[in-house]
Amino acid sequence: MAAVAHTTVAETRQRTRKPGSALAAVAAYLQALPLLLILGFFLLIPVLMIVVVSFWDYDFAAMYPAFLTSNYTDTLGSWVTWKTYLNTLKFAVIVWAITLFIGFWVAYFLAFHIRTTAMQMVLFLVCTVPFLTSNIIRMISWIPVLGRNGLVNSALVKLGIVPQPIEWLLYSEFAVVLAMVHLNTLFMVTPIFNTLMRIDKSLVEAARDAGASSWQILTNVIIPLAKPGMAIGTIFVVTLVMADFSTVQVMSGGQSASVALMMKNQMGLLQYPAAAANAVVLLVLVLLMVAGILRIVDIRKEL
Amino acid sequence: MHREKRSREFYILAVFFALFVLFLYGPLSAILILSFQGPDGGLTFPLNGVSLHWFANLFEKQAVGDFGGSFERSLTLGLMVMVVNVVVSLLAGLAFRRKFFGATPLFYLAIASLVVPSIIISLGIGVLFQQLGIEPSWYTSAFGAHLTWTLPFGVLIMFAVFNRFSPAYEEAARDLGATSWQTFRYVLLPMIAPSLIGVGLFGFTLSYDEFARTLMTSGTYNTLPLEIYGMTTNVTTPVLYALGTVTTLFSFLVIGGTLGAIVYLNRARVRG
Repeated sequence: MAAVAHTTVAETRQRTRKPGSALAAVAAYLQALPLLLILGFFLLIPVLMIVVVSFWDYDFAAMYPAFLTSNYTDTLGSWVTWKTYLNTLKFAVIVWAITLFIGFWVAYFLAFHIRTTAMQMVLFLVCTVPFLTSNIIRMISWIPVLGRNGLVNSALVKLGIVPQPIEWLLYSEFAVVLAMVHLNTLFMVTPIFNTLMRIDKSLVEAARDAGASSWQILTNVIIPLAKPGMAIGTIFVVTLVMADFSTVQVMSGGQSASVALMMKNQMGLLQYPAAAANAVVLLVLVLLMVAGILRIVDIRKEL
Repeated sequence: MHREKRSREFYILAVFFALFVLFLYGPLSAILILSFQGPDGGLTFPLNGVSLHWFANLFEKQAVGDFGGSFERSLTLGLMVMVVNVVVSLLAGLAFRRKFFGATPLFYLAIASLVVPSIIISLGIGVLFQQLGIEPSWYTSAFGAHLTWTLPFGVLIMFAVFNRFSPAYEEAARDLGATSWQTFRYVLLPMIAPSLIGVGLFGFTLSYDEFARTLMTSGTYNTLPLEIYGMTTNVTTPVLYALGTVTTLFSFLVIGGTLGAIVYLNRARVRG
């Protein structure tokens, strides 16, 4: 596929567009229509619905159309809410930093140290396959490794490194971060690998000929060119961690909280307007973060 | 790149990469082994004998809820999502090749679909169906919820494919007198077929494993991931691992089959 001559988007557009073809314009709309309808009905309207419902009144049985701001003042006036938001942000920052570090070095190894394309693809697939299996199963799979009688603890005890099993390996914030890194690193590897593969190798050679050390090549040539990939990976990881409730619930054993988990509990109690108010706050926060990242990188150019 | 002796950097990074792969697959292999735990064994090592007890346990209906039924539903739903994902992404990809009014907002709507937290979509669709008075079910509301997760991937992949696709082939076909349908069917489609299979694989596996978006939208009957999620809190026997092993092997089978098909198509194209 990659062997097909590269053409810029602009060129492609110009050549495929027959001049004054009204039929072609109609065809484009018809082709885009299914996507618009599905996203319209299952994304746009539900999100608008949430915004509307967040102002409604509710009791234990049902919700009633109204215009109240109490759902917002209740949640934002609570000290627990702020702590939960901070906790979620903390997870996002820690997981982001770790996945960025791992993701960059894995992608760099694949792109610059593996010499044949076939081998690159095989190793990349090795990284990709677990991502296509169930997230919950991958979370559960840490239990026999980290548990009180798990692999890590029994090895540590047997080697005499610790006198008794470490309790905080499982059902702790450590376990949450570990599982999140486990689940989401691929989202960082893929876009960075994609940008690194598109770096013209002659740039690296030129830098070397000009006397740059490996470190200088890395920091002055490769990392600046890899920034768009890092930005896209960051969008994925940050939005996934900000939205997470299952990892926090399963891996912390109920000892930690996240915004989405708080929402899920409210939904379980049928407090939909309260959950909706939290949803709006969370959505605004996530969209602001994404908008901030998008100022650095133009996604459409990077595909 | 020119051949040179492997640097120290290579060996350090190779070890790093190997550790990363171990990190990815290690825990998975732990539950794979533990699912063969003897009838008296527990959730952790050591193995207390080797048996297929927990796999047998899996198929006794009362032991773990409705495994067979939920698997059937997830499979059907995954296939539905796969087909719609391929068709809609391909059409959208074709549309985006032309400039049309509203292309940029639609593109950003697709991106938004990717970044809006799953649980918000789940809540939104759940509330919307409730207000419309429609009973949510896995083949309506959950189906739509899954598409909001799979379509952005499909659209982005098609975007990447068509960005690299030279229109020269289509022009050649047109110059030889092919109609636009013939150009599409005999020139464009065979060339992008491997990518379409990739889009299908994404659609199927993402739907098959999705549960945050199914939480509020599945209605009366659970999909498999919801069933497993429920089990994490109340099942304390290795039957959980047996289920994990079975679904993971199924995922591997699907991935392997798909990659095989892609390789076969690529070979056929090179030969043909």
